[in-house]
Amino acid sequence: MALNNLDTLYRQVIMDHYKNPRNKGTLEKDSVTVDMNNPTCGDRIQLQLDIQNGIVKDAKFQGEGCSISMASASMMTQAIKGLEVETALKMSEMFSKMMLGEDIDSEDMGDIEALQGVSQFPARIKCATLAWKAMEKGVHEE
Amino acid sequence: MDIKAIKEQFPILQQEVNGHPLVYLDSSATSQKPVQVIEAVSDYYRYNNSNVHRGVHTLGSRATDQYEGAREKVREFINAKSTKEIIFNRGTTAGLNLVASSYARANVGPDDEIVITPMEHHSNLIPWQQVAKVTGARLVYLPLQEDGTVSLDDVKNTVNEKTKIVAMAHVSNVLGTINPIKEITEIAHQHQAVMVVDGAQGAPHIKVDVQDIDCDFYAFSGHKMCGPTGIGALYGKEELLESMEPIEFGGEMIDFVNLYDSTWKELPWKFEGGTPIIAGAIGLAAAIDFLNEVGQDEILAHETELAAYALEQMQTIDGIQIYGPRKRAGLVTFNLDDVHPHDTATVLDAEGIAVRAGHHCAQPLMKWLDVVATARASFYLYNTKEDIDLLVAGLLKTKEYFGNGFE
Repeated sequence: MALNNLDTLYRQVIMDHYKNPRNKGTLEKDSVTVDMNNPTCGDRIQLQLDIQNGIVKDAKFQGEGCSISMASASMMTQAIKGLEVETALKMSEMFSKMMLGEDIDSEDMGDIEALQGVSQFPARIKCATLAWKAMEKGVHEE
Repeated sequence: MDIKAIKEQFPILQQEVNGHPLVYLDSSATSQKPVQVIEAVSDYYRYNNSNVHRGVHTLGSRATDQYEGAREKVREFINAKSTKEIIFNRGTTAGLNLVASSYARANVGPDDEIVITPMEHHSNLIPWQQVAKVTGARLVYLPLQEDGTVSLDDVKNTVNEKTKIVAMAHVSNVLGTINPIKEITEIAHQHQAVMVVDGAQGAPHIKVDVQDIDCDFYAFSGHKMCGPTGIGALYGKEELLESMEPIEFGGEMIDFVNLYDSTWKELPWKFEGGTPIIAGAIGLAAAIDFLNEVGQDEILAHETELAAYALEQMQTIDGIQIYGPRKRAGLVTFNLDDVHPHDTATVLDAEGIAVRAGHHCAQPLMKWLDVVATARASFYLYNTKEDIDLLVAGLLKTKEYFGNGFE
């Protein structure tokens, strides 16, 4: 694999989310808070969800980790805002399939589709799924 | 030392990874295996496989001779007095846990103190946390100097009559610090404390003489010293091991078994319940032969030279943080500014260079360094200065890749 093959992993849009994360910070109002880490590598994320009447009204995250984990968190929070909880969970399921390299209807995924390349880097899949796992946990705690 | 000839004995190093010749810089995680070790394990399974200490048949005797021969080889390797002091197990973690679960729980009480350092690998930290929780003893951390070393004055000021155990890495797996374990053992003994050494990063690289060090326990792993995974050894002073209860009960370790009571075999077998790791021990013996043939002093000198060269070359990179003392074992832990170590490791991997990224099973040390994670390049007898040149070139590419085009 030459260095330019890395471009399948580090797409422009991923690096944009990494360097300019959306929804980074904390929610002021009462919300579900989930702390998750990736014990094998030290990535950690705190995700806060404001869920009202089965709809994700707002989502914010903070944490420390690699470009993939932080970009994925940024994209995930952006994508689920305003969605019904059920739809957000379905999206998470789609994301897991995408990480397994399965074909999915990527149109609904927006920016997230850029993370498809991660499936070719098995060591990095856990980085990409961390935020989504936190979201699933938060929704189930709610 | 003819590195080229040595490298040729490692079949795994003769491959390309991602279109580049493999540069393996992760030996602190696990070392590669020379063909002698691979063949010793393979020959055992092909010709001699049998259970030990029970077969009357020929294969049983061969397997027993080889297994016990390996124990003698390990005894000689670390200069223990007797093979009774060599317990085979599955690695350093198992050895440290045996000391913690058996010796410590029986000999440590409330108000006693266990002294460790913030540089410990989780395997020499969590067992002591657990002992402290169960016994009510206090876990006391020695401070570290700014460069990641331990000062003997701090040891003298910390170890006291309450101290029952001092547990410390021979070599830090993150900082590369080589701890003065002989001097620290002396201080521990002045206060009747027992000295436990985590030798996972020590035994593969530094000639160990347990009688000279005078430590009470020394645990190490086979797979970090060219041996197979799943085999390790715990050295313990005979009188201490004699006084300890086994923590695993079953076949192989018993003497007489009655309906309600049993007695144990003599040392070392009372700590080796179940069918032992026979092939692993035989592979470890082959690894020791291999290391002896190359020469342990030569290996250490080579690694020290590589570490010095790596420090010198890596320091020329703009925006690199390097952790640990100047005088160090063969590893360099580092971070590039604004590039997470996972990303660094992924870019290097694309160049065929294998390094470790993460917290290295040393989360308290990461806090001490005030980082979430780091990258680490670690060297062994098969690495060359050219490997380090390739690493430096790879790091420059990493910087360029993450610095350009993404703003």
